[in-house]
Amino acid sequence: MTIIKLLSKDTGSNITLGLLALVTILVPACNLLLPETSIFHVSSYTMALLGKYLCYALLAISVDLIWGYMGILSLGHGAFFALGGYAMGMYLMRQIGSRGVYGNPLLPDFMVFLNWEQLPWFWHGFQWFWFAMLMVVLIPALLALVFGWLAFRSRVTGVYLSIMTQALTYALLLAFFRNEMGFGGNNGLTDFKDILGFSLQSDATRAGLFIASGLALGLGYLSCLYITRSRLGKVCTAIRDQEDRTRFIGYRVENVKLWIFTFSAILAGIAGALYVPQVGIINPNEFSPLGSIEIVIWVAVGGRATLYGAVAGALMVNYSKSYLTAAMPDAWLFALGALFVLVTLLLPRGVTGLLRKKEHVI
Amino acid sequence: MHIFLRVLHFKLFIPALLLTLFFSQSAFCLQTEKETQFTEGIGHLLHGNFKEKALATKQVADSGDSRAKSILQAMLEGKLYRVKKDDTLVYAEIKSAQAKISSALTGEQLGFVKKRKLKKITINNKLRSSLKASLARIDLASPSSTTRLQAVNKLIKNLTPRDSLLLAELLQKETDNKVRKALATATAIAKLKTDDTTQILAAISDLSGNLNPAVRNELMTLLGKSKDDAVRAKAESALASIASSISFYGFIEKLFFGLSLGSVLVLAAIGLAITFGVIGVINMAHGELIMLGAYTTYVIQQLLPNSIGIALILSIPAAFIVSGVTGIIIERSVIRFLYGRPLETLLATFGISLILQQTVRSIFSPLNRSVATPSWMSGSIQINPILSLTTNRITILIFSMLVFAGLYLLLRKSSIGLQVRAVSQNRAMARAMGVKAARVDALTFGLGSGIAGIAGVALAQLTNVGPNLGQAYIIDSFMVVVFGGVGNLWGTLIGGLTLGVANKFIEPWAGAVLAKILILVFIILFIQKRPQGLFPQKGRAAE
Repeated sequence: MTIIKLLSKDTGSNITLGLLALVTILVPACNLLLPETSIFHVSSYTMALLGKYLCYALLAISVDLIWGYMGILSLGHGAFFALGGYAMGMYLMRQIGSRGVYGNPLLPDFMVFLNWEQLPWFWHGFQWFWFAMLMVVLIPALLALVFGWLAFRSRVTGVYLSIMTQALTYALLLAFFRNEMGFGGNNGLTDFKDILGFSLQSDATRAGLFIASGLALGLGYLSCLYITRSRLGKVCTAIRDQEDRTRFIGYRVENVKLWIFTFSAILAGIAGALYVPQVGIINPNEFSPLGSIEIVIWVAVGGRATLYGAVAGALMVNYSKSYLTAAMPDAWLFALGALFVLVTLLLPRGVTGLLRKKEHVI
Repeated sequence: MHIFLRVLHFKLFIPALLLTLFFSQSAFCLQTEKETQFTEGIGHLLHGNFKEKALATKQVADSGDSRAKSILQAMLEGKLYRVKKDDTLVYAEIKSAQAKISSALTGEQLGFVKKRKLKKITINNKLRSSLKASLARIDLASPSSTTRLQAVNKLIKNLTPRDSLLLAELLQKETDNKVRKALATATAIAKLKTDDTTQILAAISDLSGNLNPAVRNELMTLLGKSKDDAVRAKAESALASIASSISFYGFIEKLFFGLSLGSVLVLAAIGLAITFGVIGVINMAHGELIMLGAYTTYVIQQLLPNSIGIALILSIPAAFIVSGVTGIIIERSVIRFLYGRPLETLLATFGISLILQQTVRSIFSPLNRSVATPSWMSGSIQINPILSLTTNRITILIFSMLVFAGLYLLLRKSSIGLQVRAVSQNRAMARAMGVKAARVDALTFGLGSGIAGIAGVALAQLTNVGPNLGQAYIIDSFMVVVFGGVGNLWGTLIGGLTLGVANKFIEPWAGAVLAKILILVFIILFIQKRPQGLFPQKGRAAE
C-alpha cells in the first residue's frame, strides 16, 4: 500500500525500480539457463561486473541521502563501505578454515605468516554468518554514530565537515595498512572459498549474490524514498536549505542529521558487504580519500536529490571507468577530472536534471 | 790571502763534513733499524702463526714505512698472498682459477699465475681488530687533521692500556682542537683499562659528561667488572650524567625534527590558509600546485645541470610564477563561477587536481624524479657526538619563516594586503568602498597558489618529486588550517609547528603511521571542541 503510494507520480523511480527488477531476474537467468553459445547468454564476468555496479549504486544512494537531501557532503563514505566489506571479509576468511596455504584451521594465512599464536579478540564470532551480518550493520553504524554525535553536536558544518570526514577515512586507510591491526595489512583479505557453504566460484552462488545485491538496492531505494517523502525527509530538506532557520523553528537539527547519517552509513556498509564476495578481495585501498570522493561524483553526475539520479550516475560513471581504464588507461583520470569540473559548472542538477522539467533550483 | 782563505775553508769544511757524515750516519742507523723492523715484520707475516702475525702487524705499522698502510689494508681485506715457490708477498686479484698479482714490496706487476700457486695470508678475528688498530695508528701520523680525527675515533673502539702513553705523546704534539679533544677522550678511555685505581678515578672524572658513545660503553664494562666501590660509585654517577645529557640532546633533536616537519607543513598550508581564509574556497588542487613547484625545480635543474645552487635560487621565483599563473587560470576559468557554493568548489578543484596530476604523469612519466641538493645545503652541523642537525632542514626551517614573514608583511603593510583583508572580512562593504573584489579574489588565489609553488621548491629538497607529491601533503595541510583557525596566518604558523612537533614526539613510542593516525584523531576531536580552530576570527568577520 505504502509502496504504491510512494511510487505514484514518480516516473524516475518507477522506471529505475522496474529496470532493476528486470535486471535482477534476467541477468542470473540468462547466465544460468542459457547455453554459452546463445547470444543472450550473460557471462559470469559480466554478471560479477554488474553485481559490483549494483553495490556501487546502493553506495551512491547512501551518499545522495545525506548530500542531496540534507546537504552533508561526506568525503569519507568509502570508510563505511570498506568497514562493511571488512566485516564480510572476516567471515569469509574464517570460512576458509584449514584450506588456506598454511592449513591452519583457526588462523587466516596472513596471521600464520606474521607468526601470530592466536586469533585476536575481534576476530572471534566471525565464524557465524549472523554475527558477521550484525557487524556489517553495527560497525559502520557505530562509527557514524560516534563521529556524527561529535561533529553535529558542535555544529561542524559545510567544508569543515567534509574535510573531517576525509581525515577520518584517511586515518582508517593508514590504520588498515598496518599489519599490527590484524586485518591483513597491505594485502587485505582475499582467497575466499565459500559463503554459507556454497562455493564462491560457482555460477549459482554468484547469481545468488547478484540477486541479493539487486534486492538490497531495491530495498535501500525504497527505504530512502520512504524517508525522503516522510515528514522527516521534509525536515532534512529544510536543514539543507536553511539550517539555522530550521533550528530556530524548534527542530533538533543535530538529532535528525545524526540518525540520517547513521542510516546512510548502514546502507554503505551493506553495499560493502555485498561487494566483497563478488569481487573476491577487500584491501585498505577502499578507504582511500580518492575512492570516497569518486562516490560523490557519481551522485553529482546522475543528479543529486533524486535517488534514481544517484543510481544512474553510479552506473554511468563506473561503466565509463571500466571501459576507459581498459581502453585508454591514461585517459581515465583526465575524464574523471573533467567530469568533476564540467558537472559542477554546467550540470548542477546532473544528467537526469536534463530530462526533468524545470523545478526549483537546488 | 787566497791560500789562507782556502785553508780556512778547508778547516771549516772538515768538521762540516764530519758533522754531515755523523748525522747521515745516525739517520741511516735509524733508517736501517726501521727497515729491519719492517722486513722482520714482513717475514713473520709470511710464515708466523696468528700470535706472531699479530706482533708482526704492529712491527710493520710502527716501522713508519710508506708501504705499511697498503699492506695492512690488503691483509685486512684478504687480498694479501704469498707465492708458494719463492715467498714473495703479493697483492692478488683472484679471477676464477687465475690471479693477477703485483708485488707488495716493490709494486711491480707480476702478471698472472695459477691460483693454487698462492697462499693467502690468513687472519682471525683477534688479528682483524689489531689490524684495524694498527691502521688507525698509521693514520694518526697523517698530516691531514680530518684523517687524524677519523683515526682517533676508530682507535677509541679498540684501545689497550698501553696506548695511553702513545696517545699522551700524540696529544702533546697535536694542534687541531677537535683532534685534541678526541685524543683526550681516547687517553682517558685507555687509562680506564689500567689496573691503577687512582688513574681510573681520574679518567672517570675526565670522561664525565662526555657524549662519545664509546665512553658510555667503556664505563658500562667498567661497572660490570670493577670490584672497587669508589670506582663503581663514580662510574655510576658519570653514566647518570651522560644519560641525562643524552636524553636532553635527544629532546633537542626531536624538537628540531618536529620544527622541521612543522615548517614544511606551514609552507604547504599557508597558501591554502590564504585562499580558504579570504575567498572561503577549499582548493583541493593545492597539493598539485605544490607538485608543480617541485617539478619546476626539477626542470630548472635539468636546464642548468652545472650550477645547482643557482638553479635552486632561480626556481623560487619560477615556481612562484608557474604555480601562481596556474592558480589564476583556475580561478578565472572555474572557481569564480562557483563562489558561494563551497561544496561545489571543492569538487571542481578536486577534478582539476586529477587533471593536473595526470598531465604531469603524461609529461614526466609516473616515476619519481630526484632533485640534487646544492653543496651549501647538504651535510650537517655536528653539535656533539650524538646531536647533529642536517643543513637542508635548517635551511628550509629558516626559509619557511622568511616566507611567513614576507607574507605577513605583505598582508599587513601593503595596500593590496589591506584590500585582501577588507574583502575577507566584509566583501559587500569592501566593494562599496571601491575595492575591485573580483580582482582581489584572483590575486589572492594567485598568491596562495604561488606560495604553494614555493613550498614545492622546498619539498623537492626533502623528498623525491613525483605526481603524487601533492596528495601526500594535502590532508596534512587541511589539518593545519583547520587546527590553526581559518583566516589567521599566526594560527597556521602555530598550528603547523605544533602538529609537526607533536608528530615527532609521538613517533618514538607509537611509530610513524600510528603517530599520524593519533594526530588525525586528535584534530577530529579538537575540531568538535573548537570548531573555529585555535585562533578563531573575532568580531564581525566571524559568522
